[in-house]
Amino acid sequence: MTRTPLRPLARILRARAEGENPDAIEAENRARRHAAMADKQRQRAEGRLLVLGLAFFCAFGLIGMRMGALASSVPEEPRASVAGNPIIGQRSDIVDRNGRILATNLATHSLYAHPRDMIDPAAAAKGLVEIFPELNEAELLEDFTGDRRFLWIRRQISPEQMQAVHDIGSPGLLFGPREMRLYPNGPIAAHILGGASYGREGVASAEVIGVAGVERQFDAYLRDPANEGAPLQLSLDLTVQAAAEQVLAGGMSIMNAKGASSVLMDIHTGEVISMVSLPDFDPNNRPAVLTTGDQSDSPLFNRAVQGVYELGSVFKIFTTAQAMELGLINPNTMIDTQGPLTWGRFRIRDFKDYGPELSTTDVIVESSNIGTARIAMQIGAERQREFLDSLGFLAPTPLEMVEAPTGRPLLPPNWSEISTMTISYGHGLSSSPVHLAAGYASLLNGGTRVEPTLLRRETVEPGPRIVSEAVSARSREMLRQVVVRGTASFGEVPGYSVGGKTGTADKPRTAGGGYYDDKVISTFASVFPTDDPQYVLIVTLDEPSENSGEEPRRTAGWTAVPVAAEMIRRVAPLLGLRPQVDTSQPVGVTLTAN
Amino acid sequence: MRGLLYVLTALAVIGLAFWAYQENYKTQAAIAEVRDLHQEIGAAHERLSMLRAEWAYLNRPDRLADLADLNFDRLGLLPLMPDAFGAADQIIYPLPPIAPIVNPIELSADDLAALENDL
Repeated sequence: MTRTPLRPLARILRARAEGENPDAIEAENRARRHAAMADKQRQRAEGRLLVLGLAFFCAFGLIGMRMGALASSVPEEPRASVAGNPIIGQRSDIVDRNGRILATNLATHSLYAHPRDMIDPAAAAKGLVEIFPELNEAELLEDFTGDRRFLWIRRQISPEQMQAVHDIGSPGLLFGPREMRLYPNGPIAAHILGGASYGREGVASAEVIGVAGVERQFDAYLRDPANEGAPLQLSLDLTVQAAAEQVLAGGMSIMNAKGASSVLMDIHTGEVISMVSLPDFDPNNRPAVLTTGDQSDSPLFNRAVQGVYELGSVFKIFTTAQAMELGLINPNTMIDTQGPLTWGRFRIRDFKDYGPELSTTDVIVESSNIGTARIAMQIGAERQREFLDSLGFLAPTPLEMVEAPTGRPLLPPNWSEISTMTISYGHGLSSSPVHLAAGYASLLNGGTRVEPTLLRRETVEPGPRIVSEAVSARSREMLRQVVVRGTASFGEVPGYSVGGKTGTADKPRTAGGGYYDDKVISTFASVFPTDDPQYVLIVTLDEPSENSGEEPRRTAGWTAVPVAAEMIRRVAPLLGLRPQVDTSQPVGVTLTAN
Repeated sequence: MRGLLYVLTALAVIGLAFWAYQENYKTQAAIAEVRDLHQEIGAAHERLSMLRAEWAYLNRPDRLADLADLNFDRLGLLPLMPDAFGAADQIIYPLPPIAPIVNPIELSADDLAALENDL
């Protein structure tokens, strides 16, 4: 760039010659130079502004376009994420303690219709009725030709039915995927599992929700995708449950009972190994809830959990155990059993007269109401109430089922002395078989509290102590004597030392006012083996009557005990309990006289 | 010197762009593959759960009991009872192994006929 001088010599000389001020030339040139410089700088600034503006425009344009794209596009799952397993979105399975499936899912299809898309509605309706005979052709045709745009036809269809519907060839008949809850074992453990049905339904999917039992209790857990399909493991044993149901169903029909229930519980952990309530139902096809009449007549009613009954003499062992714990008696203390025992207008009688006195063991063995009531009078109402509370008889069981809180024990409104006396032999306080199982387990496992549970537990910390080890062992020995020489003599199972207590309680009239003469609840509460307690089994029959003799026999010794014995014979080997065989003499050695 | 720097920078930019282009396509391919694999795993899971359900259904205790009854003549299966337990001393000792054949004689019908003729 050539620099223009501020004072060009030629112009200066000419100006001087003409007498002008040469400084004016310099000033003019300086002004011109400044103007040129300002021009240049403005241009550069404009250029920079343009570039900056362009950059901002691009940046904002990019953001705007991205926002527009995000807002207008269909949402999609992140495909490149590493965390989590996006595949398993199904409801979790329910399995038994050995991992065998109790409830699982099956992919099926639902069938719906878009009547507007149909070409030949009459043929479609006719074809559908041929596949699903329960549909009504006239109604279908009316729906297809009316102004409805959408119509559910079936919630679940099998692959064969789907193919048949496909073969109708109507473009208005459409299928949607549908997950179905399947209980492969049918009615086995039906009351515990409960059942499932559909919640919110769409064409593409439907919610499966639990309606009863553990399905409802653990609904949130089973639906939680964070579990990644990890199954819910129950404490039940499928094989044992099936065997128990079979034996109990047989016993119920032989003993002409109207209902039956059994609870088999691990004595140390409180795990329910099997819990049966008959009559039962198929959870795949859950019957409707009764709208009239007594809910306890419905097969949906879980007698083991919801049914609260006065269970009778099975409570006597609690009375004697508490008295022994308090040091009031020992197994050989003689108890006055002279009858009848009169208290106010009440009279307490025994099944038959047992003479003036019996030892404590014999009070249990012979099941003397009078003897037990006399022991209870020594204990007193307050201490009895506290003891039964510590065994869990005053509150609903903590079993993990939605039905559990409905099994609330019925207590006397006023725990008077007569209540104490009747409760000592199991009248005046109603509780469920699960309560009884937990109570027996707590008393007989060495004396620590056991909470019943339906979930698999590896180890359980021993609960608070209820009675001493010695009292627990003595109680077991008393129960063993009941089987050896008492009311439960049918309960002897070769190879297993069974101990238990029978209970026969008259049923209270539903209309109120006393008890039925010919309707009883017979119960056998047992523990086996008594020398190393492992399991507690409660068998309850509702209105049994054993008719092989001259007159019907209803006592538990004739009804519940044989059923329980058969159940122990079937179930104990399945639980891995080895029979203890008396080795009388070494084989091949003969005793000879010398 | 400065020109060389410019050329090298330009070449580096071109090289990096080429590398990024390739990486982008590799990533897309990997994502597509993962998606396919997920689909495959999902289908396998569904099939597995179906098979498990079928297994559980075919092994339900009621059916097994019926099958045991039907095939009682052949199998003689009974419910497990306490007498099924045995003691270790009820198991027999293993049988002594059969001694190997050291001096075999081949004998056929023809040999036998020849032997009889000789006699």
